[in-house]
Amino acid sequence: MRLRKEEERYALKLISPSMIVVFGVIIVPIVTTFIYTLVNIDPLSAHKGEFAGLSFYIKALTSKVFWEDLGRTLHFTIASTAIETVLGMLIALLLNQKFPGVKFLRSIIIIPWALPTVVNGSLWKLMLNGEYGVINALLVRFHLISSYQSWLGNPKTAMWCIILADAWKMTPLAVIFFLAALQGIDNTIYEAAKVDGAGAFRRFQAITLPALKPTIMVIVVMRTVEKFKAFDIFYLMTRGGPANSTKTLMYDTYLQAFTNLNYSEAATYAYLIALVVALMTLIYVKLMNREEA
Amino acid sequence: MKNRKHSGRMSSRKKRIMALEMFLGLLLAITVLAPIAWMFLSSVMQSVDLTAKPLKLIPETVTFERYRQIFQSTTTSDPAFVFRIALKNSFIIAVSVTVLSLVIGTMAAYAFAHVRFRYKGGLMMLILFTYMLPPAALIIPLYRIYSSLHLLDKKFPLVILYLSFIIPFIIWVMQDFFGSISKSFEEAAQVDGATRFQTLLYIFLPIARPGAVATGILAFLMSWDEFFYALIFTSSLTSKTMTIAIEEFNGKFTIDYGMISVAGILGSLIPVLITVIFQKYIVMGMTAGGVKE
Repeated sequence: MRLRKEEERYALKLISPSMIVVFGVIIVPIVTTFIYTLVNIDPLSAHKGEFAGLSFYIKALTSKVFWEDLGRTLHFTIASTAIETVLGMLIALLLNQKFPGVKFLRSIIIIPWALPTVVNGSLWKLMLNGEYGVINALLVRFHLISSYQSWLGNPKTAMWCIILADAWKMTPLAVIFFLAALQGIDNTIYEAAKVDGAGAFRRFQAITLPALKPTIMVIVVMRTVEKFKAFDIFYLMTRGGPANSTKTLMYDTYLQAFTNLNYSEAATYAYLIALVVALMTLIYVKLMNREEA
Repeated sequence: MKNRKHSGRMSSRKKRIMALEMFLGLLLAITVLAPIAWMFLSSVMQSVDLTAKPLKLIPETVTFERYRQIFQSTTTSDPAFVFRIALKNSFIIAVSVTVLSLVIGTMAAYAFAHVRFRYKGGLMMLILFTYMLPPAALIIPLYRIYSSLHLLDKKFPLVILYLSFIIPFIIWVMQDFFGSISKSFEEAAQVDGATRFQTLLYIFLPIARPGAVATGILAFLMSWDEFFYALIFTSSLTSKTMTIAIEEFNGKFTIDYGMISVAGILGSLIPVLITVIFQKYIVMGMTAGGVKE
């Protein structure tokens, strides 16, 4: 019993600095934000200071703007997670082979990931530029388009530009994860399957894919959370435009809070985003635990 | 599958596959490196060449004038000067965050892995959620609190904010490293008369050092990359970070493609060097936090 208490005291000493810093920063703001979602604190509102109950949540969930934001957020989240997972797996399979130059490729593949997000955003903005961009220059030279296009200025293409920029930077992360998993597969299983006459596709389906399944799950959940709350690249490349075509939930939250001063609405949006993130975290932990068992 | 008896046919098939792999590898190398090469090229091209139509991919003359400006400019309103100071700020902030989060977070991670205490599971969940929490859910009250305490536009308050999400990351990854170290080490050390803290310091830390290097590097990169808090909490040269300076190059000042590229190259230099040199550690750190085998 005394030993148990001693353990607890020792643990408290070790964890308290972390807890003080982390929860010291977080607790008051997170509770206050929740209060903001229930009480109208918008400085410009006629109802300032009034208790609003769940009306901000109802207002958000019944407004067209919210669902449009959510649609664009899901477009970005699903498309880029899917691209990064599939492309990441294919590239990892390639880099897991033996051919001249593969070592070099394995060492450079991580570089795009190392670029800061803002640098990545400004690099692609530069390359996609409608007047002087190198991508336009190349596409025209190879006669793929007849004249320069304003890729980021067109509501139809802007979101795909951001997805492209994001995929270029983040696919290497998936590659690294998949490579680590592939290197954990016992080679003798492949040899045995070959002897049994299994073709390359059959071997992939029966051995590789099941072995990669945990990695796929982790990447999908982790990346989904990250994409869902992505902000930097939108701020840098399009600021939600043109014509709101890249305005995601996160970006709208920022706009409501710091441009329109609708604090309560922004807080409600933020809480709805946090709710999704919490759900995803739960799924993530469940996945990890199941794997450990 | 057909049974291939002729080794000659086998090798020609193998050769074809290898040629395909090399071709795909080349394509991959171009996709990874071309944007970075273009950023570097833009940083040394003459401004007239950057806006020329049709764009010349290989410039006739190059200039390192912009790099010289960044390192030598003394005019406080000059973008080059602003960027140099911002780089310095980012570096100071990232180093402080790395050192503090490693020391504080490692202690807690050890406790989570090897000391028994109440509510451990729940607390770990909470920490993981804190790491994934979108900062938008905190930002409005956080801004008001910081503003009333006169903590806006200062480096150290920003460090504290970064610690609030980087410490949870360190705890999450490091407890995994500690967890893989056998408890028998601790028992042996205690038999020899070592206190628990000595055991942590002299037994566990040296064994977990690769993990600490890995998470430390990731902490540095996360801090170097941070944009959202910096956007809201910094305004002047006192605390403005590299990410904010680059964002300003894209908007506030007249768009100067050359300068944006120089900033991109310099802003990426440290993270890319770190990533390439410590690649093994980084991969280990990332996969430990994400995928458990």
